[in-house]
Amino acid sequence: MTPLIIICGYLLLLVGLGYLSNRLARGTPGDYFLASRAIGPFVLLMSVFGTTMTAFALVGSTGESYHVGIGVFGMMASWSALVHAAVFFFVGLRLWAFGRRYGYVTQIQFIRDRFESNLLGTLIFPILVGLVVPYLLIGILGAGGVVKALTAGAFPDLFEATRGGIPGWLTGLVICTIVLGYIFFAGLRGAAWANTFQTLVFMATGVIAFVVISGELGGVRAATQQVLEANPAVLKRSETVGQLQFLTYALVPLSVGMFPHVFQHWLTARSAKAFRLTIIAHPLCILIVWLPCVLLGVWATSVLMPDGSLVVPVEHPPNSELAIMVEKLTSPVLTGILGAGILAAIMSSLDSQFFCLGTIFTEDIVLHHFGRAKFSERQIILMARGFIVAVVACTYALSLIEPRQVFTLGVWCFSGFTSLFPIVVAALYWPRVTRAGAMACVATTVIVGGALFVRSDFGRHGEELIFGMMPVAPMIVCSTAALVVVSLLTRPPGEATLKRFFPSTL
Amino acid sequence: MKNVLYALLLVLALAHQDFWNWDRTHLYFGFLPSGLAYHTVYTLIVVVFWILMIRFAWPDDVERFAEEGEISDPGAGGRR
Repeated sequence: MTPLIIICGYLLLLVGLGYLSNRLARGTPGDYFLASRAIGPFVLLMSVFGTTMTAFALVGSTGESYHVGIGVFGMMASWSALVHAAVFFFVGLRLWAFGRRYGYVTQIQFIRDRFESNLLGTLIFPILVGLVVPYLLIGILGAGGVVKALTAGAFPDLFEATRGGIPGWLTGLVICTIVLGYIFFAGLRGAAWANTFQTLVFMATGVIAFVVISGELGGVRAATQQVLEANPAVLKRSETVGQLQFLTYALVPLSVGMFPHVFQHWLTARSAKAFRLTIIAHPLCILIVWLPCVLLGVWATSVLMPDGSLVVPVEHPPNSELAIMVEKLTSPVLTGILGAGILAAIMSSLDSQFFCLGTIFTEDIVLHHFGRAKFSERQIILMARGFIVAVVACTYALSLIEPRQVFTLGVWCFSGFTSLFPIVVAALYWPRVTRAGAMACVATTVIVGGALFVRSDFGRHGEELIFGMMPVAPMIVCSTAALVVVSLLTRPPGEATLKRFFPSTL
Repeated sequence: MKNVLYALLLVLALAHQDFWNWDRTHLYFGFLPSGLAYHTVYTLIVVVFWILMIRFAWPDDVERFAEEGEISDPGAGGRR
């Protein structure tokens, strides 16, 4: 019961933060959608990092390292440290600059303008929504698994099917409602502030969890020694990760360049210099979060309770390794704090993703096709909220169907975004790219990515490799080839567009 | 200096593939397996690299383009 009270207290704090943000909001569309482009370096770092670290980073990494071992850190964390910062530096800064000069609120506005094509924007919209949905699903599944494990035995009469733990459907409903509440109150400024708070919470609690759990296990050396004796395969990569698989994981973090919600956070930056802290500190923050989680996952394979049984039983629900260790090895108070920290990581992504969906629907579909003059500000905001609720309801319904391994679902989702990434790179650095080339890239992503996803039985089979490589590799090769070949065969963009995006000063 | 840093970026990408650590289970400080220790240090080196990039390869032209030109209202974009 204590963990649940602490978690509820944390959720109430978030609602309060949303209310406070609302009091400070200016009530203009620029403030609601882009926080008046006034976000400073620290809040930008926290909101971008918090948005990119989801259930995937805490629950998913621990779960995956339980199955695959230490290779997870190299595959995702250290590659992301290099690649994410590179995307922020080479892509994010330029997109921010164009957004500031030309008034973009969304990624699709930039794409429509750069490629002189309304149709391309309309085409990309359902693709982006379709790819964000699994990202939302990761969060809802992760939260459900964690709270169920942390509250096991708390309500034996009320929730018999889950052995007294709060069922996933209820947790999903509560966190979706809370996140919707505070973003509806205060828009992207509320999301940025909430992200800052939640990112600090989950980073601190992650470190605390690691310190406390390792202490309970007799120290980091004792815990790792148990793994060396019982499961040495997870302490190396030769039995669990292929070389080509490891190499091609480099492509997965490129997805951050196409995340519509990260693009929207970039646009909120007060100045170019606000990006500097994010570029430098983002890799450091990744290290602080991922290293303890990977070690915890590896330890989970082998560490024992005093009675000689495994802390994490061999048969356990997917995505529950971290929660089980927290619940069994820490006090109820700490369990509650750590549970709140895990939810913080999850919700700090959900808010940006929810908000972004509402923004792109309103700006890129409704207002773009029907005109801003037809709607009042209140109507615009209501439409955004309506669409968000509809997408969240669909995603929530999907979460009730069948759980998937969070990490696997996440990688598929990122692979789709990565496959579209050549569009934004070409838009910024290749004057010869055409709208037809961009459309070909989108179509290829859908066809190749869709076929591979179906082949994997919709992510049921864990990681599917294609000739030893991650599926993202053939996806991005095909999408890039389509972009380049079709661009070279079609009419180049007009002079006005080239001057606009490749001025002599750049 | 920019070109040196861009070359270093490529070297860092190549250095990520630490094939020599693939089968090692040596524990540094008694708890950090070789593969994990290497990538921890690698990540710290990446942080230093980006500090150098910001110091010596910062895109001043992009910053000037954004801040010296006329700023459009949010929502004005994408409707040419």
